[in-house]
Amino acid sequence: MTVSTVTQDGLLRRLSDLLFRRPYLLLGLLLAPPLLWLLVVYLGSLFALLAHALFSIDEFAGIIVYEPTLATLKQLFDPANFDVIRRSVLMALGVTIASAVIAYPFCYFAARYAKGKWKAVFYLLVMLPLWSSYLVKVYAWKLVLAQEGIVSWTANAVGLGWLLQALLASPLVEATSLSVSWVGTFIVFVYIWLPYMILPTQASLERVPSNLIEASGDLGATPRQTFRQVIWPLALPGLIAGSIFTFSLTLGDYIIPSVIGNSTYYIGNAVYVQQGPAGNLPMAAAFAVVPIVIMFIYLAIAKRLGAFDAL
Amino acid sequence: MTPAVRFKNVNRHFGTIRAVDNLSLDIVEGEFFALLGPSGSGKTTCLRLIAGFEQPTSGEIEIFGEHAEHLPPYKRNVNTVFQDYALFPHMTILQNVAYGLMVKGVALAERNRRAEEALSLVALKGYGERRPGQLSGGQRQRVALARALVNQPKVLLLDEPLGALDLKLREQMQDELKDLQRELGITFVFVTHDQGEALSMADRIAIFNEGKIVQVGTPASVYNFPKTRFVANFVGSSNLLPPTFTGQPFWSSLRPEKVRMLGKGEKPAAGEDMREATVKHVHFQGAASRIQTLADDGTVIVLTTPETANIPSGRLRIAWERSSVNVLEGEV
Repeated sequence: MTVSTVTQDGLLRRLSDLLFRRPYLLLGLLLAPPLLWLLVVYLGSLFALLAHALFSIDEFAGIIVYEPTLATLKQLFDPANFDVIRRSVLMALGVTIASAVIAYPFCYFAARYAKGKWKAVFYLLVMLPLWSSYLVKVYAWKLVLAQEGIVSWTANAVGLGWLLQALLASPLVEATSLSVSWVGTFIVFVYIWLPYMILPTQASLERVPSNLIEASGDLGATPRQTFRQVIWPLALPGLIAGSIFTFSLTLGDYIIPSVIGNSTYYIGNAVYVQQGPAGNLPMAAAFAVVPIVIMFIYLAIAKRLGAFDAL
Repeated sequence: MTPAVRFKNVNRHFGTIRAVDNLSLDIVEGEFFALLGPSGSGKTTCLRLIAGFEQPTSGEIEIFGEHAEHLPPYKRNVNTVFQDYALFPHMTILQNVAYGLMVKGVALAERNRRAEEALSLVALKGYGERRPGQLSGGQRQRVALARALVNQPKVLLLDEPLGALDLKLREQMQDELKDLQRELGITFVFVTHDQGEALSMADRIAIFNEGKIVQVGTPASVYNFPKTRFVANFVGSSNLLPPTFTGQPFWSSLRPEKVRMLGKGEKPAAGEDMREATVKHVHFQGAASRIQTLADDGTVIVLTTPETANIPSGRLRIAWERSSVNVLEGEV
């Protein structure tokens, strides 16, 4: 008969006993590293950047004046800068709407009708483009949309060349080919960000319980009413999540507009140029504030409209 | 009289699985009808065929004389109380209950009035502004009931309506459902795998096994005169007696509570059969004891007795009225 085994436990065993008795200690140990990363490295550097928006630059010396001022933020409303913001927001809005319009029917079919193997094919179709390099895709699109590219070649081959010419000649576009017009920028944006709209939308449509759809029909709702009253509101948070992706990714991107399009600036280009070649970090920070503010406004409106009631 | 629901040679096959196999059935208007069976026996598919969520592979379904084979659910005057209630999580309780009226275009004031009425029918007056997530299981069950009843269906379908509730609540809801059905006079068709629930609530029971109905009848007739081994053991439990034991041409069933122990020197009464047996196991069950015995020819006979003390061990004599032995015609 020995009672002394307790005192003979090794260090590791005593540690695990301690963690068992104090689960919060374990939780703390597990969460501390990622929380430190998130708060200090991730959010901390973001705030450090944004704080620069409150400083200004000495135009002659080209050095940052570390005195809080709203002057830099005010410069966002200069006609040239505001033009960039307006163009970016309109583009982001257009890309988001187009992605949603393309993605929704596709997701609806995949979530409600596709089964087994076809569902796998669906995911493959959506994910496949994500596996190749972003830059390769963008430059490939430059060729696709070029004057002698596949699009114009196909349009000519099926006798629709005149339509493409009319589009390019229209006062809204005025370009020699799609690859140097904002229409090209728009097409490539939609192509690149579409998966980010599809995945959350599809997931939320899939999560709508089928018994709610049956219950709606059982209570006398036509399929159209069931869609309007049950499926749409319950799947809306997924569409909103997707739109946050497409909207903010479009607002922040500077590569697509610099490779494809008419070389006008979007917010991303402005940030890139201001912090790099121009060396105006406060102005770059001010531009970086814009998407954040817009996203907050967007989410506030979505919440007020009841988009998250089903969460 | 036109039956409320009529199945004529209905089949519903999923690939090679015959979920419902050549089923014919009449459900009378105003009755409380139970579809009873183990899981996978086709009872739920049968209910879904009435609701319109499934279409028959072949055969005819009539609801109050009207052909319903290819009518979608929203064109049928039947409503369903779902097993897990299927309340809309993004709507208030009142909106849930008023849903059926809303999609039919009833004006807001009118439909809210009728929804409130339905809520008070299920004793949930004043809960209209809450959300489904804020209610308990029993309350959600009542909301589901109100949501179906507000449409004044000709047939109310209930899919395992009490399955998710705990025992006490289940017994209480059994009484309430029964009262509600009597009060409204609507035909209730409910699916259950719980034979006790079916026996205590239903006017008639259809017992399902492997896609077929094996017996239809009142609870008493189904319990006292099961037609097959399956029914004898699925509805309550039965002793199965081989032809050699009874001298009948078929197997027979005998309820354990119909078997009694004879005291020392006691003779069987007139009309009773007696056997010598050996006690194998005794199970104390609170209000009764369940005794498993082995008759001398090797047949296992279980009996239940209200006595819980002084249970003999070893040899004993058991007896039962000959009329309690139910011959299972055709079971050889």
